[in-house]
Amino acid sequence: MNTRNTKVMNRFDVTSRLIGKLKHEEAVVGGIGNTNFDLWAAGHRPQNFYMLGSMGLAFPIALGVALAQPDRRVFALEGDGSLLMQLGALSTIAALKPKNLIMIVMDNGIYQITGAQPTPAAGVADIVAIATGSGLANSAWAADEEDFERLVDEAMSASEPSLIAVRIDDKPGVGTTRRDPVQIRERFMHGLGVREPL
Amino acid sequence: MALAEQQTSPQAAQGASDRSWHGIVLQTLKRNEISLIPYVPDRVLTPLIKNLHADPFFTTFATAREEEAVGIVSGAWMGGRRGAVLMQTSGFATLANVLASLAVPYQIPLIMFVSERGTLGEFNYGQSLVCRTMRPVLDSLALEHHTITRLDELEFIADRSIKQAVTTQAPVALILNPLLTGGKTFDK
Repeated sequence: MNTRNTKVMNRFDVTSRLIGKLKHEEAVVGGIGNTNFDLWAAGHRPQNFYMLGSMGLAFPIALGVALAQPDRRVFALEGDGSLLMQLGALSTIAALKPKNLIMIVMDNGIYQITGAQPTPAAGVADIVAIATGSGLANSAWAADEEDFERLVDEAMSASEPSLIAVRIDDKPGVGTTRRDPVQIRERFMHGLGVREPL
Repeated sequence: MALAEQQTSPQAAQGASDRSWHGIVLQTLKRNEISLIPYVPDRVLTPLIKNLHADPFFTTFATAREEEAVGIVSGAWMGGRRGAVLMQTSGFATLANVLASLAVPYQIPLIMFVSERGTLGEFNYGQSLVCRTMRPVLDSLALEHHTITRLDELEFIADRSIKQAVTTQAPVALILNPLLTGGKTFDK
């Protein structure tokens, strides 16, 4: 499906729909900026990890979690601008084929948080075509909210990594993540059952 | 990296005996239960990478960039699996942002092995310059780092440094000097 046929959705709404579907302590890694602000606003869970820098590493971080815990589904939420910084990661994931990794790209074509400047890809590149060309065959645009939920359901039982691209509007994030990296990391490790609280 | 016109030194190309530098690194990783090894390759690291690939204990794979590898082992650590990143000096030079915004503030025991180019016979001016940025970057973040020059000190430094990284939840860089590995020389 081409991006022209997709509905423009809202990041917070789509993120909330995703969180509402998680029943098995699935991990969720939120990329920097609005992506994790909306993840935070959708309701904090111990299995959420919020990035406060390292732009572009949501998928690699989620890949690491997925390789460490192959029995847990791991979601990564990334903006289009962030993904453009680390396109090679798509091929790394395609080569390793972690079936428990689900990548969601929030594509508004702009660096919303820095002043809505267009990305170099806006208007010329297609995220799903890039992902498919990188070896991620199970990549698709979500046509609308219902289609997004259907794609998430499919990804939950997929036998290969999935990428879902969502065209979103230019709204800023609804909340603001508490910028406490040590607590974020520690809570996440508790949420994944790696550690017990002191 | 200019790959075509150089060869590794005879010292680096020796077999995978346990007492070679790369044999010691492999065994030290295994003893410390470090099983996830993403890397961006380097000529000097080739015997280590080859032997890691051959050992099913390890999940060894190439990444497109070094910071990607740092993201992967950081995620793996939080998921309960230990990893280490292999790279060259020029690759380390791409890491200042991810060190300062992920590994250090989130207190992640990032273990890095850096094959040192740029000194003791470097033939590429750019490599010698990028090498000079490495220790100032490490020092600017007060990161633990050791330059390993002697085979008889390698196991002690690597084993103790890995354990310290894990227990103090802090990154460490282990710099593999040409005195240890033989380095890469211009032989043509």
